Amino acid sequence: MTTRIALFGGIYNNYLALEAAISQACKIGVDAMYCLGDIGAFGPHPDRSFPLLIDNNIQCIQGNYDDSIGNELENCQCGYTAARDNHFAQISYNYTLANTNDANKTFLRTLPKELELEIEEQRILMCHGSPRRTNEFLWESTTPLHFIDLFLQQRNLDLIAGTHTGIKWHAQTNRGKFLNVGVLGRPENDGANHVWFTTLDIAPSGICHEFHPVNYDYQRLGKEMQQERIPNEFIETIHTGWWTTCLEILPQKERAAGCH
Amino acid sequence: MAVALSHLDELWFQVAGTRCNLTCQHCFISCSPHNSRFGFLSREKIQSHLHESVELGVKGYYFTGGEPFLHPEMTDILIDTLEFGPATVLTNATVFKDQWLTRLRRAQHESRYSLEFRVSIDGFNPQTNDPIRGKGTFSRAIKGVASLVSHNFLPIITATRTWPDHQDQTVLNTFSDVLKKHGYNNPRIKLLPTLKIGAEESRTGGYSAHQRVTSEMFDDFDTSQLVCEHSRIVTDRGVHVCPILIESPDSILGDNLKMAANKVFSLSHGACYTCYQYGSICSNVSTSHTPKGSEV
Repeated sequence: MTTRIALFGGIYNNYLALEAAISQACKIGVDAMYCLGDIGAFGPHPDRSFPLLIDNNIQCIQGNYDDSIGNELENCQCGYTAARDNHFAQISYNYTLANTNDANKTFLRTLPKELELEIEEQRILMCHGSPRRTNEFLWESTTPLHFIDLFLQQRNLDLIAGTHTGIKWHAQTNRGKFLNVGVLGRPENDGANHVWFTTLDIAPSGICHEFHPVNYDYQRLGKEMQQERIPNEFIETIHTGWWTTCLEILPQKERAAGCH
Repeated sequence: MAVALSHLDELWFQVAGTRCNLTCQHCFISCSPHNSRFGFLSREKIQSHLHESVELGVKGYYFTGGEPFLHPEMTDILIDTLEFGPATVLTNATVFKDQWLTRLRRAQHESRYSLEFRVSIDGFNPQTNDPIRGKGTFSRAIKGVASLVSHNFLPIITATRTWPDHQDQTVLNTFSDVLKKHGYNNPRIKLLPTLKIGAEESRTGGYSAHQRVTSEMFDDFDTSQLVCEHSRIVTDRGVHVCPILIESPDSILGDNLKMAANKVFSLSHGACYTCYQYGSICSNVSTSHTPKGSEV
């Protein structure tokens, strides 16, 4: 027996990509869909993502952004440290906070911080950043395998799935697997327009993952962002696939892979 | 106030002891060509600690001095480290050899982990940098940065703030322009506060008696900002609480990582106050631009 599930990373208000990803996951055939948090940020019309999540029974966990919007905090708690990164993050946060309705804020406020599931005898933890901190950045090039093993061992897990960094990756360690499922919210700084989600095929014998590119109407998204007066720097990313903001948090390898 | 280690995220090595080819006026451990108070760490000793670090789940490795590249085996040590996790080396970028950088570029390419270079330059031209770091050091360091960039590295330029805080943005912009002119198109720059100990104490005076961390200051404070909450450093004398206080006798917490990881440390030093004010001062990411408790 194999169970297949879809894992969506940060949506960042990109309801068009979410819609396309749900449709794609349904075509592939999945038993359940999950979102690992950060429903808001970056894109336009925050309230448009919620009906898609609720109507499709997508179980969500709370990312740092969801905690902030749900509790109307001062900032997004993304964990940026450079002044320029924080400047742009704050613009996006203020927009999302002002355009999320009260019912959706309540929804965000009540989400669980993590989900620990046993499926087909496999123990899986879904978190946003890391098992120990919602906004921890676990990049591929700065996360040692033995660091992952510590969490797998402490919590007796077979797989940990997270998002938060915006770039998908995976690692097979001595004890299990770590998976960054990617994000639907924006391209992953590789010069391509598509975004990503992940499926897991879970069987008692093991877990196989697959990353899926999602093509969506990014030109429409760009137009809507423009209409909402979202900064051009964000729109440029949607059109070019290269990040223009939140760059200073990137480690050497991930930064060198981009063009800014 | 005493702080316990939450997890050993950052393991530091005082790889070159206090030996440096430069004698910077603000060095918080007064490194120089003649300072041998702390000696080099052997490659074998470092390898032993790297193996010990696996069980503790260390997240990243940092190498400092002195000038790490005065160590005859520095390139090999970094290559060894990239088998365990990400490595960061703090350097003045004035002594590189092309063959070292070629080997390191290859090693990083073959590793899943990042190799970060943090290059100290304390002004955006010779007039602002050289009085602090020594005559001719600006042009030598810039040449080193250009060499790193030509080997596909994106060094983090660290500049110790020897100007008023409100000039930060102007300094950053000018620095960025200068680095771009030298071929570094998307420069990464981190500003650091001065630590008023070591040579800096003689230059500008040390901490006043009331510049100390108190228990009241911990209300709503994120202690993960403190270096001692997630780091330890190995020197030839033992394992110390943090890279800043190695010269303080109370900084030695044990002979091995486990022992040092289990000890709490009392924030009784003036430098602890700077760490509290700015946060993340030893990490690769930027520090706060708005110091806490700046009224003191």
